[in-house]
Amino acid sequence: MLIEYVPLIIITTLAVILAILVVILGALFGPRRPTARKSAPYESGMTPFGAAQRRITVRYYLVAMLFILFDVETIFFLPWAVAFRQLGLFGLIEMFIFIGVLIVGYIYAWKKGALEWE
Amino acid sequence: MTIQQVFFLAVAAITLFAAVMVVSTRRIMHAALWLILALFGVAVSFALLETGFFAVVQVVVYIGAIAILIIFAVMLTRQVFLDVGPQLNRGWWIPAVLVAGLYAALVGVLSTWSGFQTQAAALPEAASDLSQFGLALVDVNAYAVPFEVASVLLLGALVGAIFVASDRKGVER
Repeated sequence: MLIEYVPLIIITTLAVILAILVVILGALFGPRRPTARKSAPYESGMTPFGAAQRRITVRYYLVAMLFILFDVETIFFLPWAVAFRQLGLFGLIEMFIFIGVLIVGYIYAWKKGALEWE
Repeated sequence: MTIQQVFFLAVAAITLFAAVMVVSTRRIMHAALWLILALFGVAVSFALLETGFFAVVQVVVYIGAIAILIIFAVMLTRQVFLDVGPQLNRGWWIPAVLVAGLYAALVGVLSTWSGFQTQAAALPEAASDLSQFGLALVDVNAYAVPFEVASVLLLGALVGAIFVASDRKGVER
């Protein structure tokens, strides 16, 4: 039933209201005396140089891909875990095969140094 | 109109608006963020249809992972984040006419479909759906083989991603 989603709606609404409220309160009560230096983008206390938008390293791509793959793996766990009690030993073995194949990929990623940032 | 219908219409309007913004905004990063809102609207639509699993998949995979990948892809590839130049080319009206005609045809065909007048049968107990799916997933007669093949597919994607992104020594960049 949709009534299950009511707590989700409440917490989402609260989060949105809180986020808007904090911004509004800051805008209402915060003092604003901008100087050229204050309104410059913050860069660890140094004077910023160059454009802020630059290409990021390709390593992020690998992180995102690994995240997607293990994310999809989690999705497969969900229905299996719900029905786990009824599945018995056969279901357990099958899930071990499923994980085993992915562990091979995990070891490959580890050996290739994909999990290290350098 | 019931509360559910009002809620559905609001969600559908937000989803459509976000989808239009995805293709019409000039800042590509904003387009990615609007896409997240559109995907979330689809997730809420799934929840309204009482398919909680698909709502979870939509949020976890599409918003959680695919959207992140799209944002990373934008950050990896584009030096200039703001699109300059016209958004429409000279032939823009051809697909517009085609799509409008297709939409009119679809509405025309679907309006004669009897399914709009009849009440849909009540869904089975939602809580048991997911466990039934879990049972089918490891059943040899159902989806056991696709389930295991899926792990091989994921393995292939994993190895491919690492191969593409890793430094290959001796290869000229």
